[in-house]
Amino acid sequence: MGAIPLVCGGGFVVLLLAIVAAVIALYNRLIVLRNRVDNSWSQIDVQLRRRYDLIPNLVETVKGYAKHEQETFEKVTQARNMAINAGTVAEQGAAENMLTGALKSLFALAEAYPELKANTNFMQLQEELTGTESKIAYARQFYNDSVMSYNTGIQSFPANLLAGMFGFTAREYFEIELAEAREAPQVSF
Amino acid sequence: MYEQISSNKIKSVLLVMFFAAFVVAVGAVFSYVFEWGYIGTVAAFVLVVVMSFTSYWYSDRIVLSMSGARPVDKATEPDVVNLVEGVAIAAGLPVPKTYIIDDPAPNAFATGRNPEHAAIAITTGLRDKLGRYELEGVIAHEMAHVKNYDTLVQTLAAVMAGTVVLLSDWMVRSFWWGGGRRRRGGGGGGQAGALLMVVGLLMLVLAPVFASVIQMAISRKREFLADANGAFLTRNPPMLASALRKIAADKNQLRRANKATESLYIYNPLKDIRSGRGLNALFNTHPPIDERIRRLEAM
Repeated sequence: MGAIPLVCGGGFVVLLLAIVAAVIALYNRLIVLRNRVDNSWSQIDVQLRRRYDLIPNLVETVKGYAKHEQETFEKVTQARNMAINAGTVAEQGAAENMLTGALKSLFALAEAYPELKANTNFMQLQEELTGTESKIAYARQFYNDSVMSYNTGIQSFPANLLAGMFGFTAREYFEIELAEAREAPQVSF
Repeated sequence: MYEQISSNKIKSVLLVMFFAAFVVAVGAVFSYVFEWGYIGTVAAFVLVVVMSFTSYWYSDRIVLSMSGARPVDKATEPDVVNLVEGVAIAAGLPVPKTYIIDDPAPNAFATGRNPEHAAIAITTGLRDKLGRYELEGVIAHEMAHVKNYDTLVQTLAAVMAGTVVLLSDWMVRSFWWGGGRRRRGGGGGGQAGALLMVVGLLMLVLAPVFASVIQMAISRKREFLADANGAFLTRNPPMLASALRKIAADKNQLRRANKATESLYIYNPLKDIRSGRGLNALFNTHPPIDERIRRLEAM
């Protein structure tokens, strides 16, 4: 056997191994990106649940000082229940909007009761809720960032060839128009 | 961002190797000057190995205790911890531990060998003097450092530079006290010995300068990148710019900063001691604040 066919054969094997290695690396990368998308989606849920958990305590605290504002309490409780029981993403988005609005009224109401405003439990809950709303917004932002990385990953060459083969499909962005859950006032100081 | 992360990891390895070589070289010179034979070089090598491991595993604790930081949690500082948690979610990182430094000068730093073992420290001055979204912007800048593994490189560099400075300081002192006697009494090959003595002295004098220059080289580009990435996390560059303005305008001096840790802070805590002109500009750990603000506002 001559040296040349041996070298060519060897070279071909090396090339094949290199391609296999590249495919494995690409595949694993897509897996990482897709799992990040799934994880960030459930993270949104974690923050939403936290928010729902805080609300009964808040309502009780406010009731202690402002017994007669039944309407506002009911709005909040109703909106909360709707959000918890929401089915589709669209339903949840709408319920979230309502809940944010109801909470705004509740906090606006608190302005009229200075004793309530000064109550440490109330202040803690207010801070927690503000923090949670910010986290919900960030969780959605990170979800969208993850979706972008993943979609870009499966659409770029050469990964797009693999994506079709292995069933990686594009994910949807979280695009529902929400009332500003996190206000970012562009105020100049 | 991924290029930055792998670049930082490679740089960390190179940094450790470079410092190792440097310390061993200094140890070799030292042992020649004092005629210790190989013991000096071996001791230096062992020292470097110990230093490298300690730096890697404990650098964050060393830096935190050097700056007088105390840990806080949801119960003690709910506002700050909430902000840190929010930004961590935006960055997709585990929540770093939060620390507070009791000092009226507004400043902050991040440390840790990887995002799973990170810590962010802010001063009481920063907490009290900035608005909620400005503080969030600063925290996002620090979180960007954590995500990029800047904290690994910078903390390693801080601990190693500090050790080199300490070492050379000790050597100069023992040379001053002990070396003179041996020079007069013993061997050395006449002129060759004297020459090596000069080289040794030069190395001892240059060591802290060397350490500083290395710290500088890795710091400035990173600050711009952390500004940009931090602003991207919050989607709110004007707030970070506003925070930087307030920090720059503050007249207080951070009490527990020194040359080893200065590059870790968001704003140079030793700013007043060196001007930004000429040769001194080479030794600035941070890019000029005006340039940082300008870039943020252009986003």
